[in-house]
Amino acid sequence: MRKRNSGKDKLITVALHVALAAGLFFAAFPIYWMLSSSFKSNTEIFALPPTILPKAFTLEAYAAILGDPVKVRFFFNSYFVAGAVTVLTVLIALLAAYGFSRFNFRGKGSLNTIIISTQTIPPITLLIPFFGLVVSYGIFDTYVALILTYLVFTLPYAILLMTGYLNTLPRDLDEAVAVDGGSSWTALWRVIVPISLPGIVATSVYTFLLCWNEFLFALTLTKSTSMRTVPIGIQLLMGQHAFEWNQMMAMSVLGSLPLLLIYLVAQRYFLAGMTAGSVK
Amino acid sequence: MTRQKRSHHKLKRAVAPYLYLSPSLLIIGLLMLLPMVTVIAYSFQNSAVLRRDPSFAGLKHYQAIFDDPVFWASLWHTLYFTCMSVIFHMTIGMAFALMLNSDRINPTLRNILRVLYILPWLFTAVIIAVIWRLLLEPNGVVNSILMQIGIIGSKVEWFSSPQTALHAVTFANIWAGYPLFMVSLLAGLQGIPKDFYEAADIDGAKAYQKLIFITIPQLMPIIISISLLDFIWTMQVFPLIWITTGGGPIYSTEVLSTYTYKLAFSSYNLSQASASAVVILLISLGLTLFYIRYQKAR
Repeated sequence: MRKRNSGKDKLITVALHVALAAGLFFAAFPIYWMLSSSFKSNTEIFALPPTILPKAFTLEAYAAILGDPVKVRFFFNSYFVAGAVTVLTVLIALLAAYGFSRFNFRGKGSLNTIIISTQTIPPITLLIPFFGLVVSYGIFDTYVALILTYLVFTLPYAILLMTGYLNTLPRDLDEAVAVDGGSSWTALWRVIVPISLPGIVATSVYTFLLCWNEFLFALTLTKSTSMRTVPIGIQLLMGQHAFEWNQMMAMSVLGSLPLLLIYLVAQRYFLAGMTAGSVK
Repeated sequence: MTRQKRSHHKLKRAVAPYLYLSPSLLIIGLLMLLPMVTVIAYSFQNSAVLRRDPSFAGLKHYQAIFDDPVFWASLWHTLYFTCMSVIFHMTIGMAFALMLNSDRINPTLRNILRVLYILPWLFTAVIIAVIWRLLLEPNGVVNSILMQIGIIGSKVEWFSSPQTALHAVTFANIWAGYPLFMVSLLAGLQGIPKDFYEAADIDGAKAYQKLIFITIPQLMPIIISISLLDFIWTMQVFPLIWITTGGGPIYSTEVLSTYTYKLAFSSYNLSQASASAVVILLISLGLTLFYIRYQKAR
């Protein structure tokens, strides 16, 4: 162990804590400012000098958002689309991962490479052909358009994540089912799925976040206000009024709640999902 | 088992993986690989999407893009935005990871800070853009603090002056993206065997020597692969710039994604936009091949 007696050593410890505090300010101040502004009146936000704590604490911004059916609809749309995509992605990815993890077949290696490389395809490249497709199939401005397009972006990484998880499960388990004369399908549902819950949760978290954050496709493939999701709603709010900053911040806080909650409740799964294939 | 039954079983085993993979392959094939072919086709057509029977345009749209100074400006802004972001994501992520990993801080404090340092990651790009617009408003809190401590003499219009806009969006993106590095490097640091450091201690190595000769080489694989991914993803950033500056003022923050988007959905020049989208695709593909090679070589 290192000796800790010199004054120099103490100085280093102090310097480290100063740096940690500076880092904390850098990381957290913008978020604190969003939160505190959401509880201020619109005039107080630009008060000089700025008020660190809301002087006149008010919930009027939240009341304005939650009392407006148009804005509540944005939230419903976001939850609905993200929820639907999550269910579909997990199901489809689970099947594919099972195929990858438990079978050897021709073309496995190249399929795997294709799936890895699709993760980095620029969304803007797919946007134009999707727009063409969506318009020609008459699903412009519908949930179907959003769900189908989101599925394409969530699936590749969900497959990799699930395959990685299934590979950690011992093969004797499903082989036992085969010895008893059961099919691989039975083994999947009876044996694999019940013990894959951590993998399924991590995949769901990742998928949900990706959908919740999506902006470009929601912007382009929907048009009517009733079809818009939260990110677009925030943008609309910005253009509409002469900058109701407190409402914009309240909506941002509400729009961040699912991510914050998931992070707090399921930090481990959240990090598992985010580190190897970041959401952004 | 009879022979017939056994061969039946074998056949099932051989077909099964394709059945399990079929929904995924169908979706990826129809909605990802096919559109990629389509966008390439569009880029060689006149009035793509808008007309039923578009005529062949040859390389006309590529020519138009390469003759457009705004395209080259966008390419340069993308490069600046991306390189600066990746460099600072890495530096800040590394600094935070090393600080959190230090045995000089108390474990409870470490856990609290770890959660708080990750915060920027939990916010959607649109929300990050809105937060920074509020912070950097001419009458906003950043200007008021900077004026109080005397760094700036008058209010700066961070997002609406051509001199500062690109730096301001890059700064916001740096803030938003460092946690990926921090989390990955922190995990990497915990994986470095303790005896490496003990051996160095016995040899009387200084702290900075341990950093340069043990820590950084050990983290190199993580640094390279995360940098590559971060580069690819940052290059594609759209919402942050769209919401903060929209590519302006006077194209000063125009990047390839906003340039392409405007061509497609403001000018409705979908053919030319497709050509630009193909250029972005080629750059991404090149980097992706590099990334996959690197992953396989590891």
